[in-house]
Amino acid sequence: MSEPHTVTAYDDELRWLSRRLSEMGGIAEGMVADALTALINADTALAQRVISEDLLLDQGEREIYEKAVLVIAKRQPMASDLREIIGSIRIASDLERVGDLGKNIAKRVISIHTMAQPKKLVRGLEHLSELALTQLKEVLDAFSSHSAEQANSIRERDEEIDAIYTSLFRELLTYMMEDPRNISACTHLLFCAKNIERIGDHATNIAETVFYVATGQQMTVERPKDDESASVVADPAE
Amino acid sequence: MNMMSDAATEKAVNAPADEPVIKMRGKDVCVFYGPKQALFDVNLNIRENAVTALIGPSGCGKSTFLRSLNRMNDTIDTCRVTGDITLDGEDIYDPAIDVVELRARVGMVFQKPNPFPKSIYENVVYGPRIHGLVRNKADMDEVVEKSLVRAGLFNEVKDRLHEPGTGLSGGQQQRLCIARAIAVSPEVILMDEPCSALDPIATATVEELIHELRENYTIVIVTHSMQQAARVSQRTAMFHLGVLVEEGDTDKIFTNPDDPRTQDYITGRFG
Ligand SMILES: Nc1ncnc2c1ncn2[C@@H]1O[C@H](COP(=O)(O)OP(=O)(O)O)[C@@H](O)[C@H]1O
Ligand SMILES: [Mg+2]
Repeated sequence: MSEPHTVTAYDDELRWLSRRLSEMGGIAEGMVADALTALINADTALAQRVISEDLLLDQGEREIYEKAVLVIAKRQPMASDLREIIGSIRIASDLERVGDLGKNIAKRVISIHTMAQPKKLVRGLEHLSELALTQLKEVLDAFSSHSAEQANSIRERDEEIDAIYTSLFRELLTYMMEDPRNISACTHLLFCAKNIERIGDHATNIAETVFYVATGQQMTVERPKDDESASVVADPAE
Repeated sequence: MNMMSDAATEKAVNAPADEPVIKMRGKDVCVFYGPKQALFDVNLNIRENAVTALIGPSGCGKSTFLRSLNRMNDTIDTCRVTGDITLDGEDIYDPAIDVVELRARVGMVFQKPNPFPKSIYENVVYGPRIHGLVRNKADMDEVVEKSLVRAGLFNEVKDRLHEPGTGLSGGQQQRLCIARAIAVSPEVILMDEPCSALDPIATATVEELIHELRENYTIVIVTHSMQQAARVSQRTAMFHLGVLVEEGDTDKIFTNPDDPRTQDYITGRFG
């Protein structure tokens, strides 16, 4: 932040929170990227590693929560400091959820690595995950730089992820209808896609938090639409 | 265009209902101590039945402004006040104003509890007596009980009303001073760091009292505790080097102030 505090230990505590969050962000990003690599290469060893890394995020979230409570008790933070501390707690919990979603993808890799997977769909998933990861990376940058503008553009791009997810959803349905033997693998892939879409939502949540921390105002405009697969139906006549 | 102005007129007609009532108005207030200027063109309105907190670093002029609201500054020889200060629209610096009556309407509670070296009863009844508000023993008993109840002290002292006020604990003494201030039925109560000499529990009792008094009185409180300002007030005014930097809803000032000086002060960044 701008000026240092009169009490320098207070600055150290705030810096600790923001450093720990960046670490969590790095781990979450890595987990999602690795989970996708594992999926594409049917690499169960890598999937196992992703699963085990989830503990680090759980621990990070707990530490940030405890530290934040302690700083509030000791320093009675005000204004931008208070927003930043509360923001850290929220972001830590979003990152922890991202880790859970990455872990869930990794678990599915282990379930389906022996099954045949439609190449085209896996590529679609890869594209989806690249978008979600970009969102995640940028939102963490926006947090470190307190950039409200960057936070805004991240939220707007979430629409693209939703659109791609919805089209993947349609394709997966089509595959399942073509050949019931695809159902098992496609169902897992469908959940993977949904998980990635959810990761995009968490990036959006973080963007909203970053915006509030930076400006003291809530993002007011209506959030871009959720995934539209809820209204997609399989039409056997097609 | 026409529709616009119609809507605007309608809004203006409806507005006064939610407009806060201004109890005291300070306009271009400057205060000098001899050649030294302590306040510079302060424009600040005090809302009725609200608690207004004055905050800012030591020496920024909070007490000076507070004292100008009931002409306590008159007691300082070198002190000169310019600008306008009104109470219910009346200029309080008008030569025709009776200062004693003004101070009955705008009472004051000081930093250090300062009960007179007399009984609790005498402390409370002193003001009403000199203002001619009580005529007989029954009146006096009534005003003493009512004021002590309002100050949240009655139950603690009802069996020793004739013992010295100075024998009470610090927190009780401060509530006695508040009882003394409200005994003359003031409209505005000025408090200058009323809790700075109190422990946290006594402070909480006084804060609770301020919260209750707000319904019937207009309160202006100087405090060096930002947390206290955030807890007890609805409006906050931030002073710095004799200038009113920012004034607004307390909720906003403490979560998202507009002025960088306020931001630096409340977050503990003033060097
Ligand atoms: N009686 C006085 N005589 C001369 N200067 C004074 C007197 N009271 C206050 N001042 C000066 O006026 C300025 C504002 O003081 P004050 O209103 O007491 O500040 P605050 O209450 O915010 O700490 C300070 O510079 C202080 O030294
Ligand atoms: Mg003072």
